[in-house]
Amino acid sequence: MSLIWLRVALICYGVGLLYALVALNRTSETLSKVALHAAYLGMVLHFVSLTEAVVETGQLTLASVHNSESLLAFLIMVVFMVVYLIYKTTSPGIVVFPLVFLLTFIAATGQQPLVLTPVAAKGWLAAHILMIFAGYALLFLSFGASLLYLLQERALKSKVSTGMFARLPALQVIDDIGFRLLMLGFPFMTLGLVLGSVVAESTYGRVDFLDPKILLSVLMWMVYLIMVYMRLSAGWRGRRAALLASMAFAVAVVAWAANYFSGMHRFVAS
Amino acid sequence: MKFQLIGVNHKTAPVEVRERLAIPESRLPEACRRLAEHADVAEGMIVSTCNRVEFLANMKNGSGDLRAFLRDYFAVDMGPFESHLYEFREDEAIRHVFRVAASLDSMIVGEPQILGQIKEAYATARAVGAVRMQLDQLLTRAFAVAKRVRTETAVGSSSVSVASVAVELAEKIFGNLKGKSVYLVGAGKMSELAARHLLARGAESIFVANRTYDRAVGLAHKFNGQAIEFSRLHETCERADIVITSTGSPHFVFKREHGERFLARRRNRPMFFIDIAVPRDVDPEMNKLDGIFVYDIDDLQQAVASHVADRRKEAEKAEAIVTSEVQKFQARLQTLDVVPTIVSLHDHLETIRQAEIDRVRARLGTMSPDQEMAVEALTRGIINKIMHTPISTLKTAARDSESTTVVELVRRLFNLEDQEQQREKEKRAAASKSGSDPDPGASH
Repeated sequence: MSLIWLRVALICYGVGLLYALVALNRTSETLSKVALHAAYLGMVLHFVSLTEAVVETGQLTLASVHNSESLLAFLIMVVFMVVYLIYKTTSPGIVVFPLVFLLTFIAATGQQPLVLTPVAAKGWLAAHILMIFAGYALLFLSFGASLLYLLQERALKSKVSTGMFARLPALQVIDDIGFRLLMLGFPFMTLGLVLGSVVAESTYGRVDFLDPKILLSVLMWMVYLIMVYMRLSAGWRGRRAALLASMAFAVAVVAWAANYFSGMHRFVAS
Repeated sequence: MKFQLIGVNHKTAPVEVRERLAIPESRLPEACRRLAEHADVAEGMIVSTCNRVEFLANMKNGSGDLRAFLRDYFAVDMGPFESHLYEFREDEAIRHVFRVAASLDSMIVGEPQILGQIKEAYATARAVGAVRMQLDQLLTRAFAVAKRVRTETAVGSSSVSVASVAVELAEKIFGNLKGKSVYLVGAGKMSELAARHLLARGAESIFVANRTYDRAVGLAHKFNGQAIEFSRLHETCERADIVITSTGSPHFVFKREHGERFLARRRNRPMFFIDIAVPRDVDPEMNKLDGIFVYDIDDLQQAVASHVADRRKEAEKAEAIVTSEVQKFQARLQTLDVVPTIVSLHDHLETIRQAEIDRVRARLGTMSPDQEMAVEALTRGIINKIMHTPISTLKTAARDSESTTVVELVRRLFNLEDQEQQREKEKRAAASKSGSDPDPGASH
């Protein structure tokens, strides 16, 4: 049942994807409105799908592990909607919609056969996953905002004000969005990693820092920390901030992929 | 419907001509009244602004000419003005009114003032009773068309002056200008104007630096700002988010290294340099620094030019809207044209019927209620049967362009003109007796 809702949600997100593609060439008030509503509907259905997954499996942990891509996509969508509510801009959709669509697509085309490593602290594991994913979602949107910042900066410098640039929010507003998301994401990410180590310790009795997943996660956290520090102390923004954010994002993606190589963090049957 | 419009505007007449025909606001009500009372005119209205003087009238018949009114009113020979005058009739007049209201005929296409000016002219003419029926409908429709053009096209949305473009750019960088500070380097008319625009949009503090310190003090005083000695310019400049430079310096006042220093001290918060000096005050190299945006006078003017071009493109869309609205309005007017005639015709026959019944009443003697009703039904039936064909002919004619001929014919056949006047007189007599005064001055 949850898969059906997810697929309907995917169709809704497809409208958002269309908006993102069209927005690269020209702006359309109507389309952005339609995309927003479709995305909102998709998000609600997505929530239904996730809730049903929890009901079906009977526990939060298993459900969140089973539906990790779906959960991440949902959280990104939530952050996007919150940003929209505060700043009244759909521009981040240009970055958000394609990724959400992709993640939901992966989740909707079939679930991987999962083998969950026996874990002692199940409740902590669920909290760990939620925290980390919220951190991912915020980091991704912050990265998206820095891309928009670059676009807007380039438009202002080159002194053309046509096409999609006319619709982008003001430079400082984009900066503000990116900064807030970044600051908000950091505690989530930190807490998520701490919880992860708690789970690992209670399961294995130790944390293997040479495990690729853990190594990469710590690396990602450090890049994140540097990013926060540079923003706060030197007011880095624009190109340099985008560079850092893309690095953090890249490490995050690799850390995600490291699930397949990790000895400790294994829940996918290989 | 016999709309006629005659006038001059900035395109057809130099100011020497326009000022001869312009009517000051104080004399406008009187002029409207005289226009409406003129021999061939049923209703009239006058628009007199600095860019145009136009006389719009609903004529009693097609042969009248508004020039006669101009001759009488201005008591001059219209000969020398003839080459500057334009004249529109019927649907061309409707189109012109729509275009003017939608600001498509303005010097700066899309500027919003003209609509307000026309609304005022309309209110004035209405107040003196010069605008009542069809002109009223025409103007009400024109305001609706103007609104439609404004919402459906972007003809009035982009800035078309250097100062407003500067403000627009500042808002593109900083979002809200609230709390932003502006630094004026050099005191000039243009930079003053730009500063005024920025302040109007929320910018708060103003700094002024000028080679002659006294002038800086004077200008700072005007804006309630702070004057700074020119020698301290570079050490204080990073306080400002927006810098407007217009010095007469032959060299760059701001070089790349200055920009780097500002950014370091501002912790990379963006800065916007508006350089309206020629020769330029700001090294264009500075635009390459992350977080500093430099626009010189050419960039600003280019933006203005591209906005003007945008407006022109949007104006084409607006023209299409106007065209369709003219057609719609005409169709409506034509239907409206026949309605009063149908009503008059009906009233006319009803009067005859009543009179005839009254006349033979005595000879019929006392009748039972049934008989009474039978007589009613009989006479009414005859009238309705007779009226059926003329009314349906009128209604069909309304949809074609021949309506005026048919209406004219029906009115003449039944002598409706005189009847209407008769009834109008009775109505007015009744109204003045009851003391009620329909307020013609009520404006929108």
